[in-house]
Amino acid sequence: MSRTADVLIVGGGIHGCATALHLAKAGARPALFEKDYAGRHASGVNAGGVRQLARDVAEIPLSIRAMGLWENIADLVDDDCGFDQHGQVLVAESEAELAPMRARVADLRARGFTHEEMIDAAELRRLAPAVAETCPGGVVSRRAGAADPARTTTAFRRKAAALGAMIHEGARVETVRKEGRDFVLDVGGQTWRAPVLVNAAGAWAGGVAAQLGEPIPVQPIAPMLMITARVPAFIKPVAILRGRKLSFKQFANGSVMIGGGHLGQVFPDENATVLDWRKLQESARTVWELFPIMRGATILRAWAGIEGRMPDDLPIIGPSARCEGLFHQCGFSAHGFQLGPGAGAVMAELIATGATATPLDGLQITRFPHAGGLS
Amino acid sequence: MTAPAFASSHDLVVVGAGPAGLAAATLAAQAGLGTLLLDENASPGGQIYRAVTTTPLPDRALLGPEFAQGGALVEAFARSGAAYVAGATVWHLDRDLTLGVSAAGRAALIKARRVILATGALERPFPIPGWTLPGVMTIGAAQTLLKASGMIPQGRVALAGSGPLLWLYAAQLKRAGGRLAAILDTTPRENWRAAWRHMPDFLRSPYAFKGLKLTREARAGTRVIANVTALEAFGEGRLAGLRYAAGGKRGELSLDALLLHQGVVPNVNLAMAAGVAHRWDEAQACFVPTLDAGGQSSVQGVSIAGDGAGIGGAEAAAERGRLAAVAVVKALKPEASTPDAAAIAAALAKAMRGRAFLDALFRPAPAFRVPARDEVIVCRCEEVSAGDIRASVAIGATGPNQLKAYRRAGMGPCQGRMCGLTVTELMAQARGKMAQEIGYYRLRSPVKPVTLDEIASIQPDPAAIAAVVRE
Repeated sequence: MSRTADVLIVGGGIHGCATALHLAKAGARPALFEKDYAGRHASGVNAGGVRQLARDVAEIPLSIRAMGLWENIADLVDDDCGFDQHGQVLVAESEAELAPMRARVADLRARGFTHEEMIDAAELRRLAPAVAETCPGGVVSRRAGAADPARTTTAFRRKAAALGAMIHEGARVETVRKEGRDFVLDVGGQTWRAPVLVNAAGAWAGGVAAQLGEPIPVQPIAPMLMITARVPAFIKPVAILRGRKLSFKQFANGSVMIGGGHLGQVFPDENATVLDWRKLQESARTVWELFPIMRGATILRAWAGIEGRMPDDLPIIGPSARCEGLFHQCGFSAHGFQLGPGAGAVMAELIATGATATPLDGLQITRFPHAGGLS
Repeated sequence: MTAPAFASSHDLVVVGAGPAGLAAATLAAQAGLGTLLLDENASPGGQIYRAVTTTPLPDRALLGPEFAQGGALVEAFARSGAAYVAGATVWHLDRDLTLGVSAAGRAALIKARRVILATGALERPFPIPGWTLPGVMTIGAAQTLLKASGMIPQGRVALAGSGPLLWLYAAQLKRAGGRLAAILDTTPRENWRAAWRHMPDFLRSPYAFKGLKLTREARAGTRVIANVTALEAFGEGRLAGLRYAAGGKRGELSLDALLLHQGVVPNVNLAMAAGVAHRWDEAQACFVPTLDAGGQSSVQGVSIAGDGAGIGGAEAAAERGRLAAVAVVKALKPEASTPDAAAIAAALAKAMRGRAFLDALFRPAPAFRVPARDEVIVCRCEEVSAGDIRASVAIGATGPNQLKAYRRAGMGPCQGRMCGLTVTELMAQARGKMAQEIGYYRLRSPVKPVTLDEIASIQPDPAAIAAVVRE
């Protein structure tokens, strides 16, 4: 005998859990299926940046919506998620890098977005005293910051469950199909049915979509991170670079996380990644140059999380173009953590009412006219 | 020994220069494979034969006749033609057989056609109340100080725990002029029932005679408290004494040093980080790699020999090293002549005789593997207590990897070496599951800390790697 829910959600990352929470809050009965445990992959092991800075314009409305939720995150999930608002700084390494930054900030102003602000060398030095003397300025996003990703994803999972969402961990979805109006999932000997399905399966989202006749070009990737032993406190905001791949964050306990998107090898079928130390060498070299204070720091560990990446590095959020009742919330391309709380709210609205106040232009599946094998 | 260099590629890289690594590298080099032995220590010998060529102790005999056997292994290795790098920390290994190694403040990535891990054993965690106090250390650490520096602990010293190393160290300490206030034996009385059926095999093993002689020597003139069921170290800011329960009675000792030990377990960090499959071994109460008869692991090209493959002792380690090397030679250079694998396997079986008895007798009591009291620190690096872990289970942590996220347990510099097994067994107990289902920390390189300087200085070009030559 099959079991039923109002909405089936595949994937227990921040996105699936946030959607489950917002749906349950709105009075729906969602059932979420996670093959491992909530936050096992990208959502739980990312750098934790709650970043508005340097986002594609298409993502900005969603990012702003999410930031409103982040600023009251404890009201939403009963946990502060380790969220801080020490800001994020895009560091220019040369005068040449400043010009496009100015143009970008001016363009955002013209569109009515004020969250990015140019800073000069003095302000950069005030925000990040240890940064190399040669950096002439940059861009700051003062409301942005960082949170603890595993704690955040877990808090969403817990709160969703408390509100009545049926959360199933260790539950690998074996097959997905559509029978009449209903989606039918086979999971660990059980069959589940609902008229709505949310594909929040991250790196594995392509497999879910393909079974429903709408393949999406999402590729598994494994962005790598390193963390150091504790060093004396020297920087509060998250620092990122434009020219080279680097994101840099010191935690309250003194340890420093070094990321930026260098990729390891990924084996999604095995839940496995292999670190590429030649690329981590580049990260280390960049830190060595930008933050001389870090040169003697001890690297304690490096890792990679398995994430789904789209060809244009933008997510897919919204209804399927081909399959009624199917919604995609995937392909966040290594920058979906900040968006998670907002994307969940948007999905719940879309599912309940068919519309959302948050513009999703440029984030829909329809931008890939060939995705479903159409035309 | 040849002048060592980090060439960019090798037929075989062996990690660890204890008996398994020495024997493996010797056999492979004799068969003509380009062999590199990387060792973290300053001189070959591993833990068991630590400082066999360099110990400052005027009379090496006080470390026992077995210690001298290490000298023969080192001599054979020195003549074999294998390259050797001392002070080399291997911090990365992956399925592509790339190794990350640091020595003398420089790091390199090197490639191997085959890898034999001979990373040996670690002491099992012994999480009692007060085990983090200054003045409390492990017997293994104390023995390292004795072998490498001739140091013995001063003042009122007690040993507590169980296992062959406890008795060996007690005897060595006496011979070196040290004094013991007491030995507290935590071997559970009921273990004798389980061990009994392995007694005939044990009696035919070399351990029987040696062990008896050693235990008699260690006990002579020393207060031995048997059937110890509870231990609590106490003191303000440093060790002042030890409270204990034994045979239904309670007692207290004033102490300056307390040395703890309850057996050794495989050092699995590098193998696990490389993706080698492991399974829970109930008899030895630890994780061991899944291996075939030649020591080949689940990762193609990575073999494991010695105590890292499951505790077997020094003689078994050397034979396992030879077996693994024979398999590698047969794969890479089938035309080379190698010793008969069956004969080595027979020697291994002989060396393993008596092991089942030791495993059963010295299997630590559950109370000493999983602290009952919530305030006992489990993860020393991040100061996570048994109570913190139980609380995490209560809010939904199902295994050690979620505990890392919830409490930072296992996230410190030791990468779980001092807490991993305790965490697995504690979570298994709290969740009513088997240790196998709970699993272990997912380990990642660098498995040993390495500086940003070293990582930043890795030469990206293979030709440049070849030029990184140690002086």
